Amino acid sequence: MSDQPTATDATPEPAGVPEPVAAPALEAVPDLTGLVDGSRIVICCGSGGVGKTTTAAVIALEGARRGRRAVVVTIDPAKRLADALGLSALTNTPTKIDGPWPGELWAVMLDTKSTFDALVVGNAPTPEQADRILANPFYRNISQALSGTQEYMATEKLYELHEGGAFDLVVVDTPPTRNALDFLDAPARLTRFLDHRLYRVLMTPTRAYMRAMNAAAQAFLRPFARVVGMEVVQDAITFFQAFDGMEAGFRDRASRVLQLLTAPGTAYVVVASPRRDTVDEASFFADKLAESGVAISALIVNRMQPSFGGPPPAEARSRAEVLAGTALGDHYANLADVSTLAANEEAELADLKGRIGGATVVRVPLLRSDVHDLEGLDLVAAHLFARPAPR
Amino acid sequence: MDPEQFFAASRLVIVAGKGGVGKTTVTAALARAAAGVGLRVLVIEVEGKSGLASMFGGNDLMYDEQVLLAPVEGGRGEVRARTITADQALVDYLHDHGLRRLSGRLARTGVLDVVSTAAPGIEDILVLGKVKQLERSGQFDLLLLDAPAAGHAVTFLQSARGLLDAVSVGPIHAQAKDVLEMLTDPTRCQVVLVTLPEETPVNELVDTAYRLEDRVGLSLGPVVVNGCSADLAGLAVDPADAAAAIGEVLDDATTDALRRAAAFRRSRVELQHEQVGRLAERLPLPQIELPFLFTSALGPAELDILAAALTGGLRTLAA
Repeated sequence: MSDQPTATDATPEPAGVPEPVAAPALEAVPDLTGLVDGSRIVICCGSGGVGKTTTAAVIALEGARRGRRAVVVTIDPAKRLADALGLSALTNTPTKIDGPWPGELWAVMLDTKSTFDALVVGNAPTPEQADRILANPFYRNISQALSGTQEYMATEKLYELHEGGAFDLVVVDTPPTRNALDFLDAPARLTRFLDHRLYRVLMTPTRAYMRAMNAAAQAFLRPFARVVGMEVVQDAITFFQAFDGMEAGFRDRASRVLQLLTAPGTAYVVVASPRRDTVDEASFFADKLAESGVAISALIVNRMQPSFGGPPPAEARSRAEVLAGTALGDHYANLADVSTLAANEEAELADLKGRIGGATVVRVPLLRSDVHDLEGLDLVAAHLFARPAPR
Repeated sequence: MDPEQFFAASRLVIVAGKGGVGKTTVTAALARAAAGVGLRVLVIEVEGKSGLASMFGGNDLMYDEQVLLAPVEGGRGEVRARTITADQALVDYLHDHGLRRLSGRLARTGVLDVVSTAAPGIEDILVLGKVKQLERSGQFDLLLLDAPAAGHAVTFLQSARGLLDAVSVGPIHAQAKDVLEMLTDPTRCQVVLVTLPEETPVNELVDTAYRLEDRVGLSLGPVVVNGCSADLAGLAVDPADAAAAIGEVLDDATTDALRRAAAFRRSRVELQHEQVGRLAERLPLPQIELPFLFTSALGPAELDILAAALTGGLRTLAA
């Protein structure tokens, strides 16, 4: 990928399309350079479809540009972006992306199951115990079926990459969770699952002993077996037996991961689009993070309607009505449409800005096409790091 | 095609698409349009938060039905909405299967986590089983299911087939069989896929379409392309010329603003045509375009516009 243009290379613009203007002139141009320089971990959160993966990739790329050894952990990138990052398949080891930057840029596409496997192997007292767990059907279901596992493995992966020492900037794209806080809660949640009361009930070693179990325990198991069948229950029992003795290790690991997630040097970036529903979700998330004592470092608002100046929306609209049926009327109608939307979007953001403390707010205009290559990432970078757009 | 004919084709319509494409918006517009032709509609949300109710001017949805649009005087059409979550569906399921006494305790203690890990897809089957029950009850003319976002939608709808293989006997097997029967019967269920006229959403939609058809055996209805900017013919003329033609005088700043805004819109429309064309090429399904609305929040007024566009779009489809 060494032939990819850098920010200063000349690439021809599509003819006739002017560069949109996004940031209002009144504010100093916000810039995330400080975030890239000052963080060890950057976590990108937000609802689905707002551009988290792209944002994470842009931040990691900027890290490499600024001499950091950066790695981006993506969850489910669109295929063309994955290709651009050299990620052709799920891989648990980072792939290096070569380019004209002083630092390093690596990418990983999270493989939930292998990450979990590695955790089991690392925590099992003997290889035999690890093998028993890995071969268990119930265990094999955990990575695909237990909700929260993907979030948990994302945190685990970031912990591992951070502790490994090969990277000084780990950027994580979080799964699109209903409640973005699931991410912070994930390590504890899995620990709770493994520590569950049912688990202790299921720890009964033999069928003979099961018969002797107290009535309460029986009451737990009976409907379980009635719904899914005894075979499945047996798999679960075997899993929890095999897991015996490892809970403490998992609990300990989970608490260290949580510590890292709330440590100074870990920055949270909320990605949103300027629609009321995603803005609402972003403010809900900001409130919840604040309750956990974590501040948001930046809010990135993608897909903003660019402003083009000219008369205010209401004036443009009334000109459009007067001139209806003429080409100039169409022009005024168009300007009224886009400037009304731009004003609406700013209004949506105004409230959110008040709720995220001193976080930097960066606006990225609606781009001409999807971002799926390093060139596209450069275009977004120009907005995040207040540079002239690559030409 | 008459809108009535489309809505009568199957009692259940599943609306699916990538996150952020306006799946919930299209669900709401379909509900509004169906109520407009006199149908009693129930919208079902399976993911926690949703802006659906606010589009009708209502409050957040809950497990209990909420009326979002009451029938007008003398009319019959109405929209109700509710959520169905796996926990609540499990409680209902146990109630229906003579395990009432245990149900509350089971749900409270988080046993569902263990159960769903033991048999992946069981949460989805509990939810879809509840949907099937509503479909069978005949209480509504139309059920609209706002499916989880793209990747998860396939897993969600595939759960029945997966469980049939994994669990060979018992009530879950029977439940999965019933659900699969409903999903694969075109007279009972069809899927409306939603996309934006942009590259990544179009790619994902095509992928999802084939997976739903091939792996689950679902019937696909028309594709809804949401957020299509209308072309304004006058924008092809430079604003300075357009002004001169009718003897208007523009200052430089205004000319410049109009010119840049026009270039922006025209390039959006051009990209959009490209993507809509690409979609038609790759997926031979009828398309309905919904207009891009220049607003950041959708309320009842916007919903009426979208429902009218949807109804108009349905009319242009072959019967």
